[in-house]
Amino acid sequence: MPGKLKAKIVAGRHLPVMDRASDLTDAFVEVKFGNTTFKTDVYPKSLNPQWNSEWFKFEVDDEDLQDEPLQITVLDHDTYSANDAIGKVYIDIDPLLSSEAATVISGWFPIYDTIHGIRGEINVLVKVDLFNDLNRFRQSSCGVKFFCTTSIPRCYRAALVHGFVEELVVNEDPEYQWIDRIRTPRASNEARQRLISLMSGELQRKIGLKVLEMGGNAVVGYLQCFDLEGESGLVVRAIGTACTLDKLIPGSEIKETLPSSSSPPPFSPSKLCSRQSSSSDTDLSLTPKMGKTPPPSSPFLTLCLLLSSPPTLDLTEFPFFTLTCFPPGFLVHIGGVVSARSVKLLDRIHNPDEPETRDAWWEEIRQEIKSHAKALGCHAVVGYSESTTICEEVCILSASGTAAMLNPRFMREGLCVYSRFDDASPPSCGFCHIPYDEFNMPFPAQLTYCYHCRRQKVPDVLFTTIDLPAEAAVTGKGCLIQARLCRTKKKAQGEVNATAISNLLPFMEYELHTQLMNKLKLRCMNALFGLRIQISVGENMLLGLASATGVYLSALPAPGGIQIAGKTPSDLSYDQHISTMQKRINDTIAMNKELYNIHPPECIEEVVGSPIPDRQRSRLFRSTSESSDELSELDLSHGKKDAFVLEIDDTDAVEDIQSLLTDAPMPAGFYSCNTEVMPGIYNWTSGLQMFTSVRVYRLNNANLTNQGLNKIFTDLCENLLKSLYFKLRSMIPCCLCHLNFTVAVPEEELIQVRRHTPKNTSPILFIFPINILVSIRELEFGENEEQLQFSMELSSSSERCSPLPEVRSRSLRSTRSLPCGAPVTVVKMTPLSFLPRTRIVKYLGIINMFFIRETTSLREEGGVSGFLHSFIAEVFAMVRAHVAALGGNAVVSYSMKECVFMENPNKNQAQCLINVSGDAVIFVRESDQEAIPPLITCGQTSTTGADGTT
Amino acid sequence: MSVELDVFVVNTTIMDEEVYQLWLDGYTVNDAVKVRMEGGVLEGCEASAEVLHSDTMDQYRTFQMCERLLHSPVKLANQLLFQIPPHRQVMLIERYYAFDSVFVREVLGKKLSKGTKKDLDDVSAKTGVTLKSCRRQFDNFKRVFKVVEELKGPLVENIRQHFLLSDKLARDYAAIVFFANNRFETGKKKLHYLTFQDFAFCAGQLISNWTVGALGDYNMVEDMDVDLEKEFLQDLKELKILITDRDLLDQHKSLVCTALRGKTKAFNEMEANFKNLSRGLVNIAAKLTNTKEVRDFFIDLVEKFIEPCRSDKWTAGDMRLYLTHYTNSAHVLDTFKHQVVWDRYMGVIKSCILKMYHD
Repeated sequence: MPGKLKAKIVAGRHLPVMDRASDLTDAFVEVKFGNTTFKTDVYPKSLNPQWNSEWFKFEVDDEDLQDEPLQITVLDHDTYSANDAIGKVYIDIDPLLSSEAATVISGWFPIYDTIHGIRGEINVLVKVDLFNDLNRFRQSSCGVKFFCTTSIPRCYRAALVHGFVEELVVNEDPEYQWIDRIRTPRASNEARQRLISLMSGELQRKIGLKVLEMGGNAVVGYLQCFDLEGESGLVVRAIGTACTLDKLIPGSEIKETLPSSSSPPPFSPSKLCSRQSSSSDTDLSLTPKMGKTPPPSSPFLTLCLLLSSPPTLDLTEFPFFTLTCFPPGFLVHIGGVVSARSVKLLDRIHNPDEPETRDAWWEEIRQEIKSHAKALGCHAVVGYSESTTICEEVCILSASGTAAMLNPRFMREGLCVYSRFDDASPPSCGFCHIPYDEFNMPFPAQLTYCYHCRRQKVPDVLFTTIDLPAEAAVTGKGCLIQARLCRTKKKAQGEVNATAISNLLPFMEYELHTQLMNKLKLRCMNALFGLRIQISVGENMLLGLASATGVYLSALPAPGGIQIAGKTPSDLSYDQHISTMQKRINDTIAMNKELYNIHPPECIEEVVGSPIPDRQRSRLFRSTSESSDELSELDLSHGKKDAFVLEIDDTDAVEDIQSLLTDAPMPAGFYSCNTEVMPGIYNWTSGLQMFTSVRVYRLNNANLTNQGLNKIFTDLCENLLKSLYFKLRSMIPCCLCHLNFTVAVPEEELIQVRRHTPKNTSPILFIFPINILVSIRELEFGENEEQLQFSMELSSSSERCSPLPEVRSRSLRSTRSLPCGAPVTVVKMTPLSFLPRTRIVKYLGIINMFFIRETTSLREEGGVSGFLHSFIAEVFAMVRAHVAALGGNAVVSYSMKECVFMENPNKNQAQCLINVSGDAVIFVRESDQEAIPPLITCGQTSTTGADGTT
Repeated sequence: MSVELDVFVVNTTIMDEEVYQLWLDGYTVNDAVKVRMEGGVLEGCEASAEVLHSDTMDQYRTFQMCERLLHSPVKLANQLLFQIPPHRQVMLIERYYAFDSVFVREVLGKKLSKGTKKDLDDVSAKTGVTLKSCRRQFDNFKRVFKVVEELKGPLVENIRQHFLLSDKLARDYAAIVFFANNRFETGKKKLHYLTFQDFAFCAGQLISNWTVGALGDYNMVEDMDVDLEKEFLQDLKELKILITDRDLLDQHKSLVCTALRGKTKAFNEMEANFKNLSRGLVNIAAKLTNTKEVRDFFIDLVEKFIEPCRSDKWTAGDMRLYLTHYTNSAHVLDTFKHQVVWDRYMGVIKSCILKMYHD
């Protein structure tokens, strides 16, 4: 009996009227944990009941503490009929299990009902007494800290980075069980919410166990996903990076939150832990599957690796890191992006206790990634992530990351295999230097000597999935670059469908890559960070969306221009057409150089001399990489496909040029990127605003060509961006950071539903849920008076949008005049791992919530938009309430992982599922004199006065 | 291709004050888009009408969701659904409860009933305020009325606490509630020249001087600020002696005339009209016990006092002078024993008349 959970129900407010006759409610509360339930007394005839209950005590195993949520149900007492449920609150008590996180959960929680939404609030107090458990064979992993943040959390120091942890659990989806036919939608939704809550608790516990076995105490970059596979079940899977974190002592100078490169932390090899880790891997998840995948290695293999020096890359453990941001000096070299995709046919999960099929699938993909990394001469993969897209029974599994060499000092010994770590290479360019052998390159690439140190070779372009290293030298500013692609596909079933999809995939990847490359050249940049390629399957189309932040790395050579070549140079008007196109492209490049302030110091002569050197000429089309019907893989990272010359005869090329030139420029005062920090901008204000936007479009014409679809898709994305710029115009100058697009082509059910509408024969929908952070950049005071006034206006506007200090002081003041209790704590939400100009003093635990909302009165709730708008607002409210109850004032690394929307307008119904996650934190504001957040300061090596323009 | 769904949700709710006003004014989304376009909001932005439409829709939806909370503003401060900075909350509430003076003039003194609400389309047509806006304003009046009706304590303070309104707006609402409760006639043609602010001022005077609450004792009954004090109204009957007792009337007249002589050009008219005017004022006082007569309070003031003076071309200064001496002289009358009631009555009458005496 290792734990005692205590809960107290204090009061309720704003309850809905449940008794029409009296316009009042007789409310009472059921508190449930596991199989134990307690009840409060009925508080008669009040919408603001004061229960002030005793402490309800649950004596439970810590295993249950980790898995189960505390379930609070508010009901209306009815003497004659069954009691009506008002709503529920699920409280994840995991944060209370770690000694360093929250100690008590106390606050107002919205009472949530899956049919009616938020119905009043309830004030709850929760505490946990943990007893020390010395059982070696325990199944719980209390105390392991989880972070969504993909960098070392701000108030910790990484003592040791252990490496990759993964786990998945499967179950039947309650929505598809036979019982669902007879139970109410509410019961079904609640069963689903509860199950997912249980599964994620279990998943976290299992991952925690692995971490403990590895000798770690935390998981950083924890990424949990749901695969709603429909009939075939429900998969919850998670990956993360196990670390040993030391808490920095507050009070000491914490400005340098990361270990400085001069004195790296004492990294000791974690002796036998690794052996246990590999065995646990095989025990827990990669259960018997001999013959399918390489046989799980015995513990001795890893041990050998540690002892004998010629290690191979055939470690059972994957040298993967979900981190995207590293302590200085951690990254030695970057090879490039590695990705792998695999098309699978879903099959019913027969035995939830043995999820081997799904495990085997991922294992396969991870092996693929590992071999790609090896081909790039790298021993590790950083910025690693996994995702799926499901359409009926076809499922595409994707994984991607950045092949890299890591500093042996930061790593456990077995991993630093091909270390050619050169102490001499300066940090601002070292990571750009090629990790692979110059004379034995895995692909044809143009190598030059580094433009920064002139000592090592660098490639001509660099694609990565990580954030721009803080110490990197950049020229000018960065910007968001997107490649968008639509491909039609014939409707098919089962295996035929899967084959068709896997045949299309390599072409899509190739084209997305070409688009990215062209757009990069057009902006006169040479590197991409935070690259994220999403491919979604629909019934009769595939969608590809690649987003990244383009930047000009000073160490890499200047990109050449783009030249258009015609195949048939005889026709005069045709030549003219080409030359006007060429001129437009050249003009755009020149304009972009101005816009992004890219003025590379030297190396211009090379470009001017021959804008397209012969060696860089390459035809646009070339054979794509091999692809099997099950597995397709491409290494697109490395500049081998530098499409400098576009041949206009090619219809695809025409399309490319069109899409190149139709990208609308950003309005003045706006910057956007999909990484955490905007390269080239260093003066942030603390004002930030997080928003989510969802759009669904319907295509009216089903018989569209590829080009037609592409154009529509591009327009949709562009319109969405324009819409954002318009909405946020009052915040100028501002930067949209962490712009995160997600596309989906919803399933057939939906389309069938739509078929009844006569106008649209076969419509298709797109969904774009985005989480974006807007942060406002404060302009430096200009020299002349006019500018000064301008920027003063701006700072006032930023105050308006980001009134945190004002809010707090004002809310305190206003309480005195208000008759009603304390005001609501302001909780900031951001997808970034930090809040500009503030210091995170404490991490309170992970927030991982899953909600379902359903309605049978869609029209009355304002149609689909009204329904979803209020649901998203409710989700925000619930996240804020949980954070506030933990004692926090912000959520960092927030993301909306899942947003599945289904509707049936004929029945006036809609349903939506949302999954959100993030880290609850307490932050304090830095005094305004300390202008610049520490992480960004160190990045200013070579950029001089890049900011302060506009 | 068409947009099926389009939402934009922020953590700290963004609201465009201009769009909020358009929403309050009852513009439809399409009309609001037109107004915004004409207002040049798109200038300098590379945005289309489509973008503007989507933005307007988003904001309208937010306002609609907030509306429920605005009905009980206290909830707005501690609700969890929207994170709105306090100064924004204040703005939202203040604007939501603001009203058009043309509109309020139409319903002032009317019963806030379903019947009146049904006639709002006529009011809308007459005033040019959209029906939607009329309904919001009417519902606001009614809501405030219903809430304060059942509360003890000073009216203005109650309104301010329960609706978190500014002092000025709370006073205006107090006036509206007071007028609605006492059903003062304000719609007659002769009263058309009076603005809402004139009436609001008078209501303030009546509330702070003639109600139970005016005595400063707030523990007694409900509605103390909303109803005129019965005892006081009874006492007012005693003032009749000033016009029924011939000696007293003459004495009063001579005292006033002595004081006024040489100080005003309208002296002759004052002297000639004294008895009529005095009868008018005292009769109004004597009739106030009758609820029906209370309703005609303002029309009586205009007919019996303001109109005669206006036709004699008294200036505002003349009026002030006359009323001052008329009030004060009564103290010198030794047979007149009702000084306290007289002062309480005349204090209000004087300030009301001075406020109402304009073109």
